[in-house]
Amino acid sequence: MPEQTFIVNGNRVTVDVEDDVRLLWVLRDRLGITGPKYGCGINVCKACTSHINGKAFNPCAVPVGQLGADDEVTTIEGLPDQVEPAQRGDHGLHPMQEAWLDRDVAQCGYCQPGQIMAAVALVNRVSAEGGTITDADLDTIRNICRCGTYTRIREAIRDGAERM
Amino acid sequence: MPNSSDPHDPAPDQDLGAPAAPYALDRRRFVGYVLGGATLVAAADLVLVEAPPASAEIPTAPQVPELYDLNDMLTDAARPTANLITVTINADGTASFELPRAEVGQGITTSTAMLIAEELDLPLEKVTVTLAPARPELLFNQLTGGSNTTISTYTPIRVAAAVARLALLEAAAIVLGDTVGGLVAKGGVITAGDGSSVTYGELAAKAAVSGDRAVEVELKSEADFTLVGRPTNRVDAVAAVTGAKDFTTDLDVAGALPTMVCRAPTLNGTPVSVRNEAAVEAMPGVTHVSQVSTGVAVRAETFGQCIDAVRALDVAWKAGPVAGESDATILRKLRAAQLPMPALPSTPLTQTVSGDFTFYFRSNSAMDTNSAIADVRPDGATIWAGLKSPIVAQQQIALRLGMAPDKVKVNVVTAGGSFGRRLFFDAALEAAEISQKMAAPVKLMWHRADDARVGRGHPMGTCRVQATVLGNEVLAFNQSLTCVETDFRHGLGEIITAAGADLPAGVGNLGFAETIFALTQEVPYDFGAVVQTLVETDDRFNTGSMRNIYSPDVRVAGELVVDKLAAKMRMDPYQFRRKFQRNPRLLAVLDTVAQAGEWGRSMPAGTAQGIAIHKEYKGVSACLVEIDTRPATTGRQIRNAVTGPRVTRVTFAIDVGLAVNPRGLEAQMQGGINDGIALALTSSLHLRDGHFLEASWDNYFYTRQWNTPPDVRVIVMPSEETVPGGAGEAGVAATFAAVACAYARATGTMPTTFPINHGQLSFEPKPFTPPIPQSPTDGLELTS
Repeated sequence: MPEQTFIVNGNRVTVDVEDDVRLLWVLRDRLGITGPKYGCGINVCKACTSHINGKAFNPCAVPVGQLGADDEVTTIEGLPDQVEPAQRGDHGLHPMQEAWLDRDVAQCGYCQPGQIMAAVALVNRVSAEGGTITDADLDTIRNICRCGTYTRIREAIRDGAERM
Repeated sequence: MPNSSDPHDPAPDQDLGAPAAPYALDRRRFVGYVLGGATLVAAADLVLVEAPPASAEIPTAPQVPELYDLNDMLTDAARPTANLITVTINADGTASFELPRAEVGQGITTSTAMLIAEELDLPLEKVTVTLAPARPELLFNQLTGGSNTTISTYTPIRVAAAVARLALLEAAAIVLGDTVGGLVAKGGVITAGDGSSVTYGELAAKAAVSGDRAVEVELKSEADFTLVGRPTNRVDAVAAVTGAKDFTTDLDVAGALPTMVCRAPTLNGTPVSVRNEAAVEAMPGVTHVSQVSTGVAVRAETFGQCIDAVRALDVAWKAGPVAGESDATILRKLRAAQLPMPALPSTPLTQTVSGDFTFYFRSNSAMDTNSAIADVRPDGATIWAGLKSPIVAQQQIALRLGMAPDKVKVNVVTAGGSFGRRLFFDAALEAAEISQKMAAPVKLMWHRADDARVGRGHPMGTCRVQATVLGNEVLAFNQSLTCVETDFRHGLGEIITAAGADLPAGVGNLGFAETIFALTQEVPYDFGAVVQTLVETDDRFNTGSMRNIYSPDVRVAGELVVDKLAAKMRMDPYQFRRKFQRNPRLLAVLDTVAQAGEWGRSMPAGTAQGIAIHKEYKGVSACLVEIDTRPATTGRQIRNAVTGPRVTRVTFAIDVGLAVNPRGLEAQMQGGINDGIALALTSSLHLRDGHFLEASWDNYFYTRQWNTPPDVRVIVMPSEETVPGGAGEAGVAATFAAVACAYARATGTMPTTFPINHGQLSFEPKPFTPPIPQSPTDGLELTS
């Protein structure tokens, strides 16, 4: 079986698994990293949203064989380490996670890791373009929340953006 | 993992020396128990509240199933304290409690922890609430539904905590050499008049007793609450935002490999034979292929390999019971089943106002698809799943496996949403069958396409309304709902009433349905003679109680006709509702949204407000929305999306009685608002040629960020009521109705089918063979 090597949450890992197995299952079923959730398997619901080399992506749509040994995958579990310790909040977490806590966004919580990872990438993108988060930006988020936490997600992203 | 179990059942032969059933002494004085054990365990009976009215309406049980007979039931029922719920004080000073309900996102672990912390004078973070496994001795008392959790557990949980507090105080009195009356308990520390103190943790063992004893306690006065009623963040929030919160498919159960099922191309079709079993078994990662009652199950090293295997299977199928049927044929059957509307008084002066509405199938579609872990061995089975009726799940799984119920351990796992879906245990039953057949533990997960096409949902139906108007009064109001059956075969959570609901020819289920309809539906206006009827007609679909059950459709039809009545009388819709409502709490929420939401403000053409009220779950609500139906909005182009009209502003007020956690209540209303918008505008299932077309979140259009209102305000009303009402479903009906009314006013045309976009198919249906789509491979080209 082919060996797959890449970096996840700061650690280089090697997994024996076929090239075409999507990264989501390598993370969840082989590495036990369960923060990225399954909601559709076809890159629609975005519950598995994570980062690759600092950009949002969906591991359900990436065959693991496409990753290189130096590709850096960050899941929700590794998000706090993406900022300096001084930037972390009361719970030792990334500013966006802290905003999420202060706004008590989660209901069932299933989609929330993906929502937070998408939010961080959105804020990074908008701020790289020199803007601030608008309603139009928030309307572009495709991550589904069946509990309907959208109102608090919008508030938390604006809040988190100010803290980032 | 949230499922450790230690129910502290006492030995059945212990003599309590107290009445078997605790009784209420006055409004705040109750009898509970200190149970024997090594640490302090305090208990209360779950029936400390008035029994829900539904229990008096249970159809008579027809027969007793073979494996769990009347003697078993009587033995369980006779054990004097087996049906108690218990609060345990641990040596580290924390309190723990196993809640016999399912947390599916509605926040009941948080509100329960708040009640215990309040009564014990303990910081919230020192209270741990987990979910109890199936406890058959609780009978009707382990069903999570009808927004009933807080209503039914509010007093018993407080009594159990108060018993623990009293036992701690009594133990402290001995340790500190003071009287109970001279002690002060605060923050988990008990202090005597002389300043000496002892912690709950130090007292946990000292307060333990060898036998059970009954004690009388007085609950804290609501006026003295310091935590209950204060907006509080969820106790599981940190776990949720760090990815540490475990759902069923996240659990690491030894040997339980990923498992999926290949399903028939028509709804509820069944497998006849597998033509390529050996070839699929030889695929990478695949360990087992087994034909089961619902399809062909595959077990593999990863879910990705399960998807490959499901897609590769070549199966001969027997068509399902609705083969050939479509929305149009079902609608014809519904029309044929409709009862004649009652005759209304006809005089030269009376006028009839009517409406006739159609509501298509909808999916309750939680994010966390149906899933379950099953480890079935020859001598017993263990199940893990998100279950709102775990007792009947345990009993039915035992029947399926041919085991006695006490050989089947059913663990309740926090679930990623329910919206009614988890009242049933379809995945748990299926996983048990698969595990038995494969003789291996399985982690079963339904694909999203399975969940949309075969999962349960809200049945299609029609709702007719007619009202008689004489001058400025409404003399009569008739409403008749005719729908595909809503499945209530989970009963009240255990097998006796479930069997009652499963009587032949639908008689049992219809009895349940009529009871639930009668107990939930009301017209909140003074409209003279009011008649509401329900006819259910077709039991071939996978349905269930979707969030708010009958109310969304009934209230939409009612409120749209109310707007027509107002127009007939040339009255403003808000003023009309003010005049005809018949409940002071309703009037208060109605006035509140009208004022806070600026009812009647000037709006551009193509935009409008709508207002609606609702009364249910011992609470009242009102909703005022603004909608934009102008072409610039409805014409927005978003890839693979439905845009359409947008609700731009929502003002929602609720009086739920005592709001244990106003922050959680607000969250539930915000969620219900998005459900109401979806039901009105975008979300439905399309039945064509025997199957539902939807297979993806980009087919089944639940509200998305581009549909959600940018401006939402929820007002939690101060209430005269001192007990809590239900929160989980209360946001849906008034919102759905207000959106429909606003749409009618903005467009000048009253909508009669819901959701309004059902007539046009907004996506390309995915194939039915193979039954699930392959995962894409272009994810690295789509980073953002």
